[in-house]
Amino acid sequence: MTRRIEWVHAWLLLLPAMVFLFTFTHLPAVRTIIDSFFSTARGRRKSVFVGLENYQQLIDDPTFWKVLANNLWFALGTIPTSIAIALVMALWVNEKLAGRSFIRMAYFTPTVLPLIAVANIWLFFYTPGFGLFDQIATGLFDTGQHNFLGNPDTALAAVMVVTVWKEAGFFMIFYLAALQTIPPSLLEAARVEGAGRWTIFWRVVFPLLMPTTLFVSVNAVINSFRLVDHLFILTGGGPNNASSLLLFYIYETAFRFWDTAYAATLTVVLLVMLSLLAIGQFFLFDRKVHYK
Amino acid sequence: MFISPIKRTLGAAAIAMCASTAAFAEDVELQFYFPVAVGGAAADTIQALTDEYVANNPSVKIDAVYAGSYQDTVAKVLTAARGGDAPQLSVILSVDMFTLLDEDLILPFDDFATTAEDKEWLNGFYPSFMENSRTGGKTYGIPFQRSTPVLYWNKEAFKEAGLDPNTPPATWEEMVSMGKKLVKKNASGEVERWGVRIPSSGFPYWLFQGLSTQNDVILANNDGNKTNFDDPKVVEALQYLVDLSGKYGVMAPGIIEWGSTPKAFFEGQTAMMWTTTGNLTNVRKNAPFDFGVGMLPANKRRGAPTGGGNFYMFKGSTDAELKAAFDFIKWITGPEQSAKWTIATGYVAPRPATWETDAMKAYTADFPPALVARDQLEYAVAELSTYENQRITRIFNDALEAAITGKKTPEEALKEAQQKADAILKAYR
Repeated sequence: MTRRIEWVHAWLLLLPAMVFLFTFTHLPAVRTIIDSFFSTARGRRKSVFVGLENYQQLIDDPTFWKVLANNLWFALGTIPTSIAIALVMALWVNEKLAGRSFIRMAYFTPTVLPLIAVANIWLFFYTPGFGLFDQIATGLFDTGQHNFLGNPDTALAAVMVVTVWKEAGFFMIFYLAALQTIPPSLLEAARVEGAGRWTIFWRVVFPLLMPTTLFVSVNAVINSFRLVDHLFILTGGGPNNASSLLLFYIYETAFRFWDTAYAATLTVVLLVMLSLLAIGQFFLFDRKVHYK
Repeated sequence: MFISPIKRTLGAAAIAMCASTAAFAEDVELQFYFPVAVGGAAADTIQALTDEYVANNPSVKIDAVYAGSYQDTVAKVLTAARGGDAPQLSVILSVDMFTLLDEDLILPFDDFATTAEDKEWLNGFYPSFMENSRTGGKTYGIPFQRSTPVLYWNKEAFKEAGLDPNTPPATWEEMVSMGKKLVKKNASGEVERWGVRIPSSGFPYWLFQGLSTQNDVILANNDGNKTNFDDPKVVEALQYLVDLSGKYGVMAPGIIEWGSTPKAFFEGQTAMMWTTTGNLTNVRKNAPFDFGVGMLPANKRRGAPTGGGNFYMFKGSTDAELKAAFDFIKWITGPEQSAKWTIATGYVAPRPATWETDAMKAYTADFPPALVARDQLEYAVAELSTYENQRITRIFNDALEAAITGKKTPEEALKEAQQKADAILKAYR
């Protein structure tokens, strides 16, 4: 009897979270997979089962491959850079220096600002001619105008810079918290043994930060597929999809082209990729992580 | 915000019960979604006009809902309609007509225009605005916030370059030759002022349609199921656009931002710009120099696209509601109301009658550039509009951007675009 009450109790405690997870995560995910096998319903034509036709369309769609490649470059460009910068910033503001809290706050500010607002500011920075970067460049080196966002060779890189700037401060906070949990005695012991700064960092601090690095990199990977707000303001995915990312393309397909079935198919790809990445990270990377 | 289905059923029942009395005398509640693309004054003006109508027609209640950008508005209408709760009327881009037809959502106005007076009203719009509002012999859209691009030029820059400050380029050749004189370089050979600026970010097809029309070619047929992207004349027009920054060196290379175009003009970074008449008030207020407004230059003919939003009426409402919606649309596009709207926003008044009102006459006497857009309407054509419109224009935009940024030749890019468009549109033929 008591066991049964405990059992019911446990389910009751799990219920609220489960209801939300099911309605807003699992159900839509399953629905998306089902939808990807049907055609888009239009007012005059009903949705019909089309099997793998949407997936065939996906394979034949050059824009899909383009945005997928962009997304990989975007991930490769933003993840290591923002993590490295975050670590360097955290190490620096962890030292005792004048105006420390002010610097910490300054580093964290980009995280607090909404990405859409920030993108508008960066749009001004990038504006050819009278934008901030061009004004500085013209003032110092007399180089003429740069059209960073309007050139397919630089548009994606320009978008990546904004992302790194936005993310590094956020990751820094996690590193900073982790750095402060490292017992000073370990560092002192290393110093007594005659270890240099570099050895201490590489052999003591960095291994102890591994759980944080895992957490941060999982987040960074997810964000590299999830953060597209600034694209709406900066480039709209252009020129000719040079800066478009997978999620942005899904949005366009679903809410501009109103091709919900194809958007569902694209979403399935995103879902599968993210699941694989998360599983891979937790199972492979996890072995190298040193927990206390 | 939305009328609940229960409330609506009750409303329908109430109307049915009173069917013996005049239906129109019954209280009706209308939902009216509108977008704003040009800033705050527009929303206030729509609200003020709606209030005025309601004050004069106590039996009608209109819930004017500001629904965001054009894009947001059509998304909201489609979502509401799919949930069985479409608004009675909304302002949506004229080019979305085929999309709305494809979703089976809109009603032809001809069914409501029964009296001679109604029919006269329906025929009283500029024909170039009606091109985007009619298909298959029926009228599905009523022009309301419509615009067209014009040429703005900096008279001081013209003087400085030794050109007549009162004569803008009339042809493509003149735009190049004048542009070359207007380009100003600094000591190290960097350009400080470009000759002309034709923005190409986001929706390059719109201004490009100016060029293609001037080259005497139409981009899509009237049924919205066949495009003409790889026509040699279209290729020629795109080649001209590409040459402006390449061969002739009178325009900045790469994709040019829409948003910063007026600012670049004010800063003297370009001597001429192509942009919408919707910027008239902005330029009037902020240009620190004497400026002129003219029609776009001609090549084989004069030409410009039209743009902007139309009124649509949606299926799924009672006859009384639709009748009231029709009456409201007729009223708000009437001369006096339409004049107020044009003066407040800079949109082109879509009916000749509006230009005859005293208010409009006073406005244009004070600010003659407002007339340029009207006079250009004679040469204007329908904005590119097809079934699956957003997707087709996206394909076309991508092609234009690829050519502008030198990744593909105009011919290659347009040929590819035509193939992609054909693959999608063949389902609608």
